[in-house]
Order: sequence, then C-alpha cells, then structure tokens
Amino acid sequence: MSDFILSMCGITKTFPGVKALDNVSLDVRQGEIHALVGENGAGKSTLMKVLSGIYPHGDYSGEITYQGNECRFREISDSEKAGIVIIHQELALIPYLSIAENIFLGNEQQRGGVIDWLLTYSKAQELLDMVGLDESPGARVTDIGVGKQQLVEIAKALSKKVQLLILDEPTATLNEQDSEKLLKLLLEFKKQGISSILISHKLNEVEQVADSITILRDGAAIETLDCRSGEINEEHIIRGMVGRDLTHRFPERDAHIGEVVLEIRDWTVNHPLHEGRKVVEDVNMTLRKGEVLGIAGLMGSGRTELAMSVFGRSYGVHAAGKVFINGEEADVSTVSKAIGHGVAYVTEDRKTYGLLLDQTIKENITLANLEEVASRHVIDQNQEVLCSSSFVDQFNIKCSGILQKALNLSGGNQQKVVLSKWLFADPDILILDEPTRGIDVGAKYEIYTIINQLVEEGKAVIVISSELPEILGLCDRIYVMSEGRITGELNAAEASQEEIMRHIL
Amino acid sequence: MSSIIEAFKNNIRQYSMLIALIAIMLFFQVLTGGILLKPLNITNLVLQNSYILIMAIGMLLVIVAGHIDLSVGSIVAFIGATSAVMMVNLHINVGVTIVACLLLGALIGAWQGFWVAYIKIPSFIVTLAGMLVFRGLTLVMLQGASVGPFPKAFQKISSGFIPDFFGGKDVHITTMVIAVCFLLAIVFVELRSRSKKMALGFAVSPKPVLIFKLLGISAAVLYLCSLLASYKGLPNVLVVLFSLTVLYAFITTQTVTGRRIFALGGNEQAAKLSGVKTRRLTLLTFANLGLLSALAGLVFAARLNVATPKAGTSFELDVIAACFIGGASASGGVGTVIGALIGALVMGVMNNGMSIMGIGIDWQQAIKGMVLLFAVFFDVYNKSKN
Repeated sequence: MSDFILSMCGITKTFPGVKALDNVSLDVRQGEIHALVGENGAGKSTLMKVLSGIYPHGDYSGEITYQGNECRFREISDSEKAGIVIIHQELALIPYLSIAENIFLGNEQQRGGVIDWLLTYSKAQELLDMVGLDESPGARVTDIGVGKQQLVEIAKALSKKVQLLILDEPTATLNEQDSEKLLKLLLEFKKQGISSILISHKLNEVEQVADSITILRDGAAIETLDCRSGEINEEHIIRGMVGRDLTHRFPERDAHIGEVVLEIRDWTVNHPLHEGRKVVEDVNMTLRKGEVLGIAGLMGSGRTELAMSVFGRSYGVHAAGKVFINGEEADVSTVSKAIGHGVAYVTEDRKTYGLLLDQTIKENITLANLEEVASRHVIDQNQEVLCSSSFVDQFNIKCSGILQKALNLSGGNQQKVVLSKWLFADPDILILDEPTRGIDVGAKYEIYTIINQLVEEGKAVIVISSELPEILGLCDRIYVMSEGRITGELNAAEASQEEIMRHIL
Repeated sequence: MSSIIEAFKNNIRQYSMLIALIAIMLFFQVLTGGILLKPLNITNLVLQNSYILIMAIGMLLVIVAGHIDLSVGSIVAFIGATSAVMMVNLHINVGVTIVACLLLGALIGAWQGFWVAYIKIPSFIVTLAGMLVFRGLTLVMLQGASVGPFPKAFQKISSGFIPDFFGGKDVHITTMVIAVCFLLAIVFVELRSRSKKMALGFAVSPKPVLIFKLLGISAAVLYLCSLLASYKGLPNVLVVLFSLTVLYAFITTQTVTGRRIFALGGNEQAAKLSGVKTRRLTLLTFANLGLLSALAGLVFAARLNVATPKAGTSFELDVIAACFIGGASASGGVGTVIGALIGALVMGVMNNGMSIMGIGIDWQQAIKGMVLLFAVFFDVYNKSKN
C-alpha cells in the first residue's frame, strides 16, 4: 500500500478540436493539502471533472488509482460513494431551502420516503459544529453570506464521509477574514486525515497551506513541487504557470497613438443587489486614439463590471465618477447615449448578452444601428443585405449565407458576427471583453488582425482578457485590476507576465 | 428546371400553414356539402371571427416580445360595457364613444405593460390579474344586466357593408373594382422589388415561380371577392381587418420598431446592450394589444347589438392558440402576423364547419385542442429536423 490516496496517471482528455488535458499525472499523498495552480484554461477544472466522474470513464484516456484500487467513475455519485467530493466555484446550493435541507439534499435522512426532521436537524447541527458555522440548521441559505454558504457546502461534503475534498477556487468570492477561516478549516481536516486538492489563483494562500503544488499549463502538468523540503519560490511558480513561446501569435503593428479620447475619473460602482458593496472602486483610466489598452485581472476582479457600467450603466448601481470623451464630460447613462457618444461594448458572454441566436446573421449585424439601413423608420432590406454581406466577406465569416441563424455558427464565427454588429455601429471607442474566449487559435489571429486594423483607422480599443500572453502581445498599455481597483499601470513593451501576476495577486 | 422545382419546394415549406388552411377548407367544403364556401357563409365566417383576428394581430406582437396576455377577453367585455353605458345610457355621440373606448383600451394595455416592463412582474401574472379585474369591472358597470340595443350607426361597424358606388344589381361592382386594384398593387410591388434586387445582383426567384405565385394570389382573391360580391359585397369589418393586416405586416417586417420587437423577444439582454429601449418597447406592445382588444370589443358589441357581462369569455385562449398554430414561438422572437391570422382562420373554419355539420360544442373544443397540440408539434418537429 503506497502512501498516495490518489494517483492519476497519463490522463488525456480531448474536446472537438482541442486537447484540454495532455498526458497529465497527479499524485496526492494521504492526508496532505495538494494545490493545483495554473492560468484560466490550463485544464485544472477539466482534470477535476475527470476525477469526480463528471466526464465518465471512457471519455478520457489514462488511469485513476484511488486508495489502491483502479477507479472507473461513470457519474458523480460514483465518486461521492468512494469519498471524493468536489466543491465547485459556483456553489450548488438551493437558495430557498434551509441549511439542513441543503446538506442532506440527495441523501435525505428518511424512513420509507418520509423525512426524519429530528435526525436531519441534529445531524446537521453536528456537521455545522465541525465546520465552525454558527447558524441555525433551519436558516435559509439565501439569508447567509457567501462565506457561510461555502461552509455549508463543506458540511455537505463531510456528511458524505469525504476522504478527498476538492475545492475549486473556494476563496475567489470570499473576503480576507472568511478566506482565513476556510484555510484554517482545511488544516484542521488535514489533522483528521482528510486529504484536499485546492485549486487557487492566490499564491499566498497556496504557500500558506499546501504540502505539494502541481503546476498545470496548456493542459499539461509542468511540475510538482514538494513544499516540505524547503522554501518554495513564488517566482518559480509564476514562471511555470505562464512560461510559453510568444513568437508569431500576434500580428505586427506600428502604433500611432494620439490624444486622449476617453477618460474615466473616480469611477465607483456598487453591487446591484448588495447595497454598499463596491464592485468597482475609484478607478481612473485614460484611453488614447490609436491605442490598444489592456485590462488584466482575474474573473471577478471588476473588469467586466467596469466596462459594462461605463457602457450605459448596464451593470450595478452607479455610485460616483465621470466619463470624459474627447475632453468633454459625456452622459453615458443609457446604452443608446453611450452608442451615441461612439462607444461600443462587445460582451464576454456572446450567447447570453451578444447574439440573437434564433435570428439570422443579417439581423444580428444590423441590430445596433438599424437607422443606418432605414429611411424614415422603414428598413431598406436590400441595403441591409449589402451591408451585412460586406462584413461576412471582409471578416471571412464561414456560413452558408447571411440568412443562416447565429445559433449554427462556430464560436469564432459567432464572435465575428458580434464584432461586425458593433463595427457597423461605427464606434470610436471599442471595448472588447474577452474577445477570444473559447475560440481556436486561427480565429484568434483573425480577431487580432481586425483589432489592429481598427486602431490603424484611428479608433481606440480596450481589450479585457484573462490571458496574459494575449494582453502582452496585443496591447500598448496595460492596467491591472484586482478586487475592483486598479493595482497597476504598465507599459506593454516593458511588462512581463510575471510582473502582471504580481499586481494581480 | 431543377432550380425551379427547388424554388417551389422552398416556397411550399414557407407556405405550409396556408396550405394546411386550404386543405381544411376543402375538407369541410366536402363534408358540409358545399355550404362552407357559400357567399352567405363566407360573409358570416368573416364576421364571426373578425374580433379574434383583430386581437391575434396584437397578441402576436406581445408573444414575439416574449410575453403573453390573458386579459384580452375581459377587455373585450369591459370595452363593450363601457361603450354601451356611454351610448345607450348616457346618449353620447357614436364617434366620441369609439375614440374614447379605443383610448381606454390602449390605456389598459399600457397599465399592464407598465407592471410587466418596469416592475418586472411576469406577464402571465399581471394579465391574469387583469383578466379578473376587468371581468369584475364589467359586472360592476353593467350591474349584472345586458345593455342595448345600440344606435344604428354603431351597429354598422359589424353588420354594414361598403356601399356600391356603381349600383350593380346582382354583383357588388365596387368590391370587384377594389379586388382588381389590390391585385394590380401587389403585382406592381412584387415586380418593383424584383427589379431592384436584380439591379443589385441579388438572387431572385425564377420567373415561373413568381408567375405561379401571382396567379395563385389573384385566383384566390378574385374567387373570394366574387363570392362576397354576389352577396352584399365587402363587409366593413373586412375592410378594417384588411387594413390592419397590411399595416401590421408592414410594421413587423419592414420597420425599425418591428425588428426591435423581434430582437427584444429573441434575447432581451442582447437587445438592451444593443441600445434597444426594451422596457418602453414592451409597454408599447401591451398598449397596442389593449387598443386592438378595444377595437375587437366594439366590433363584438356591435355584432351582438348588446353588451353582456359574459362577452369575450375565453377569447384569450382562441387568440393565443391562433398565434401558436400560426408558428409563433412560446419563448419569443419568432412569429408572423400572417401566420397568426392563418392560425385564427384555421380555428374559425373548424368552428364554422363543425357547427354546420351539427357537431356539438363539446366535441368542437376537444378537436380544437388536439389541432393546437398537433400544429405546434408539427412546428417543433420541423425545426428539429433542420
């Protein structure tokens, strides 16, 4: 019997067109906290989905040995029976049910289909004591904070006799205090012999609690560091996470940067539901003509919220701050006013916020600027066909014709349709939120080329991206955001991924 | 030749609902021993279904915008009662009453639209409340009794026919003149659109298809109009209905506002982020349906020549069913005015045909329900195949 509770060996998982995991191996010792680090899209979550049976056996290649036996989980309940419990970043709690009901959801304390409430509540209380949560088991989940909800999830895991606990970025949405508490709990579990896998972007936390660290990059395990054998070096981890070849992934461009076109001053935005919770705080930012400006930061750092709040207050509650366009204060309080001032925002979630999926390419492209193809409110259908066809040709959108529904296009082509829509509105300032998310390398290059063309025409572009190489390869200047604030401003030519990471963390 | 067959196939798919309607008409024509398409019955068919058709147009816009309105039947009753109280009890002028009732309808629609668009209460709940409220207010206003009869001028809305300026004896000549003018207009619009497209180098449907289509439309229009002309000519209601159809078909397919309603129903978030004023537009679609429901209420009251508390009961179900039979999507963003009208006619012809055959109201309901289910199933099945 080895001292490993889990050995994943040679795991390879492919999605159509993408190799998400390439021969990854991961060994977790009995009773240790094993950290898994890597950039967004490095394959951490995919690896954990393979482990927990969300991707069933046969869907991937490679072997999983758990507690000495080879495992072939077909669904998540199989892995839970074996004592492997995963807690996702997005909590899977039912908001209007009580804490106790949530803990025993799917595992109800029952006799012949009738719930034994006494047993449910007393057991729930025991579990809450174990995780140190001071709430009544009868309280509704929606009435307690995110930090406490996280603890409910852990209590739920404990109720399933967990042997190996997997936490996917558990502290991403927690404040300092709650994070501290959670990490202490993990150390407590370790004493009781429960092993954990911790996925996190916060290297200081990882250093604090981890016994081993495995670094993933582009679907491959780069190395595993043993923290017990001495000091680990943060620089070393970061280099492992980001180090990759940067040549020829971005088209060349000569920057011709002009005067300031957009200035955001003292911009503060509150959360739409939690009054007083600042999502964007005191942001000051300038954008120049002909410039590609990058905003780096993790998901949830306030990047999207900043962009959407500037674009017609589409997110949150405006608390303070002004926007100046070409030196004059501009009213951007509604989307149509923002568009009128020449601002366009291309969303990070094209399916939810960008496309009319059930409608044609043509109707999508002209939506934001229908007046352009209409006279006296009546649409000139022929003109509309000409305009949308010209975008399809220009951007090489692969489709059967402009009457094809947006639903049936590939991700890259959908993104080009959304871009076309906004370029048809002829903006001076274009905000692109994760413009290359979920699209393949070739389409990425085409999108980069379009961005370069735009700035050469004298437009100004803001690119929000989680991919640091993209930010570095594409932008002239970079702001780094973290927890709603600007934590750094860098000149792209002199910046490095390590430096950006330092500002993020 | 194969390209022509291909074009025919494409067009047939497009007109499948129309073909279904024609099939149903022929079916009942045979079963009723030729009564269905008798001039008198055709006129009746139009008059019987006019209020459903009028409301189907408005409902279509609401459904395309992603909502539903259950209150239209109650609005029909409420407006009918209002008009009766104004004209019969208070002796207010017919013209003033009509205008006031239409405005009241629009206001009721706007009121419900306000709750849906600005307070974000689901339309199902808002209009369910409206259904109860306006049915109740109708009873209050009529004090449980029927009020009538209406002035002659008002009755003419439903029972009148356009005058014959040419004084034809057996045939209503004006009706035929209007039909011919209408056909000439269609031919002109089709040819102009075709030549514009050809000038821009777009693909156009081959000439035989165009000719076939125009001949088909001409035959249908001339046939129906000659039937009507051999009775009393065009009913006033049909003229109103026809004008509304052209107007709303134009709005939905050719104007900026129409397109934005489709965008709103297709993806409200995306529409909002594209600068569409989604709340105002939602309110507008409800106000519009309120207006059309008020018109339907007036037509219905004029037809019965009395306002009753029970008027318009379960009209909302017929109207909603018409939209869905006509291919509108329950999740919004998809649907056509013509489709909704064909849907309403399918229901109307079935009602009429089964009544003539002496089938009881019980079986009629059951059969209509199954038709609704199968029509939507057919639609869903077709979509999944593509």
